[in-house]
Amino acid sequence: MKRFLFLLVAFLSAIQLFAQKDGKNENKFNVSGNFQSDLQYYFEDQKIGAVAVDERLLSNSYANFMISYGKFSAGVRFEGYYNTLLGFPNSGGKNDGFGVPSYWANFTNDKLEVTVGHFYEQFGNGLTLRSYEEKSLGIDNAILGARVKYTIVPGVNIKGLVGKQRYYWELSDGILRGVDGEIQFNEMIKSLNESQFRFGIGGSFVSKYQKEDNPIYNLPNNVATGAGRINIGYSDFNLISEYAYKINDPSADNNYIYRPGQAFLINATYSQKGLGVILSTKWVDNMSLRSDRNATLSDLTVSYLPEITRNYTYVLQAFYPYASQPMGEWGVKGEFFYKFKKGTKLGGKYGTTITLNYSRVHNIKKTAINDSTPIGTTGTYGYNTSLFAIGKELYYQDINVEISKKWSKKWYTNIAYMNLYYNYNVLMGTAGHDNVKANIAVVEATYKITDKYALKGEVQAMFTKQDKGNWILGQLEFTMPNWFFTVFDNWNYGNPDKSARVHYFNVGFGYVKGGNRIQLTYGKQREGVMCVGGVCRHVPASNGFALSISSTF
Amino acid sequence: MKKIVFAMLLAFVVSAVAYSQEVPQVQLKNLKGKVVNSQEIIENDGKPVMVCFFATWCKPCIKELTAFSEAYEDWADETGVKIIAVSIDDARSTNSVGPFVNARGWDFDVYLDANGDFKRAMNVNNVPHSFLLDGKGNVAWQHTSYLEGDEAETFEMIKKVAAGESLKDEKKEKEEE
Repeated sequence: MKRFLFLLVAFLSAIQLFAQKDGKNENKFNVSGNFQSDLQYYFEDQKIGAVAVDERLLSNSYANFMISYGKFSAGVRFEGYYNTLLGFPNSGGKNDGFGVPSYWANFTNDKLEVTVGHFYEQFGNGLTLRSYEEKSLGIDNAILGARVKYTIVPGVNIKGLVGKQRYYWELSDGILRGVDGEIQFNEMIKSLNESQFRFGIGGSFVSKYQKEDNPIYNLPNNVATGAGRINIGYSDFNLISEYAYKINDPSADNNYIYRPGQAFLINATYSQKGLGVILSTKWVDNMSLRSDRNATLSDLTVSYLPEITRNYTYVLQAFYPYASQPMGEWGVKGEFFYKFKKGTKLGGKYGTTITLNYSRVHNIKKTAINDSTPIGTTGTYGYNTSLFAIGKELYYQDINVEISKKWSKKWYTNIAYMNLYYNYNVLMGTAGHDNVKANIAVVEATYKITDKYALKGEVQAMFTKQDKGNWILGQLEFTMPNWFFTVFDNWNYGNPDKSARVHYFNVGFGYVKGGNRIQLTYGKQREGVMCVGGVCRHVPASNGFALSISSTF
Repeated sequence: MKKIVFAMLLAFVVSAVAYSQEVPQVQLKNLKGKVVNSQEIIENDGKPVMVCFFATWCKPCIKELTAFSEAYEDWADETGVKIIAVSIDDARSTNSVGPFVNARGWDFDVYLDANGDFKRAMNVNNVPHSFLLDGKGNVAWQHTSYLEGDEAETFEMIKKVAAGESLKDEKKEKEEE
């Protein structure tokens, strides 16, 4: 490893010397990169369940370096976990250490793109394949191998890849092979270029190879997944749909049943200036695909099942986040955006934006394959169901209204109200817990003291009779050029257990300049979950200092 | 050994900062589903271009783009600047970006970067993150986060770049002083 690093640095330096010597060619050689480091010092706090770690201080860091020269580019990433921050995927210390988890080289011209090394890719909506990174969740399932993208004629694009997925500092057992193609007719056929009517189709195929390793069952070495998609548009209207099918793939996710999987998405939108409407529905049945059939949690995911619910960012609205259920779910979503124009009664001087959204997710109706076999029994077909056979169990429902308004040059407010139903047992993987019904209100107001100095205040409240009861959060943030200072308290004042009515107090400040940012906070973090794409990260309670530095150069 | 490597790496990093970043060639989609090339979309007849990375779930991003939107007409009149908004929303909300943007009445060119390819190519850590490109497509200035009133500094930078002033030389001069 040391030798590798040395060679790499020597190589980079040589290139740089060359580039400096050839100073006039500065435009040709480009070096860029970024860096981020998150450190946390942990104190024990028994009241909130925060533990002190043996190391006292833990940190996650990474840096990317990229060189490009005309149509060629190459990059390398360093990552260091000394040791991994609590709550990030670590699989018993597998993630700790320092190294070079990814490196790549790429050639791109107008028609062709070739990448060797590590790369990220998404086919369609990701139902068959999505290799991505989500730093906040500690997810990085990059593929190490080769990928080719080719534009046959304008509007007709194909891509193909082969490789293995990253698994901490190692690689997956399974091998992935995939192709994806898309035709956008309006681009392909010149006379349709400016047509109001738009039409496109696409398809993908992914095959995973993993040698059979089970002493009892006969498992498929190769698992095939395919998907077809379509997009239709007319003027301000758009419809997008994708259907995916996976052959039998007994895995840890589905309790090793032989049933094939499927997923179906439909998304319709209409928008014009000042108005947007979105309607979506989704059906998922046994559609988890990983490059290792025995992998669990956030490890080695290949298929990506986007949540149909809205991604909330206010702390109390994001308290009970939804996570896609790969083993079966039906969902529906409606979203409505409207801007009352400037100068109207409701719009005022600057306009008022209103957002309404509703989503509801159920289980799917499963029936036993015969009288003597319970649903989901290992080694069997598992169960029967049919497309859009909606079950009776409610997994999640939210109704949300949000109104943003700028009152004057000095004042801006955002208010929101949300009603939530959260199936705690299904979504948190527990049993016997009460499902949560909650009402959440948020008021945010910003006052600009001068053009460059501003004060923001935020009050959030959650009312619920279940789980930990009511919460109230207050936040103040002062911003000035390059600096911000923030203080907040999240108080669990309604906890049925009086001794657990804890204040989660936080104070912090940060400095931002150009592409650089540094932030220091001190305080308590409650236990919770963060979810993206059906993958969740359990965030443990913590108490201490957190320092975050990031830079783009 | 390790120290030497790190020292070299650091030296490399520090000196690398002096280099201008260009916009790499990456595929994106426009709101109508058309595949576009990142180098095509930054064409603006030699005038400056702002490339703003955002997400529909990111509150500071919305504040920043709303502030830019209110000033856009004036900025464009004065400097010819073009603003491009690149959404990093993933498949969960990629299809909502069009209606979201349209409803707010933002007049920017909007592109979708659903799997973060362009974001990675531009070395963006977190959103919001904006790049100001000079007429040749080189990154003249960049900015991460959004603090109230940041648009004033942004416009100062746009004006300088539009006038052909080099922001880097100014920095160097300051250092030399």
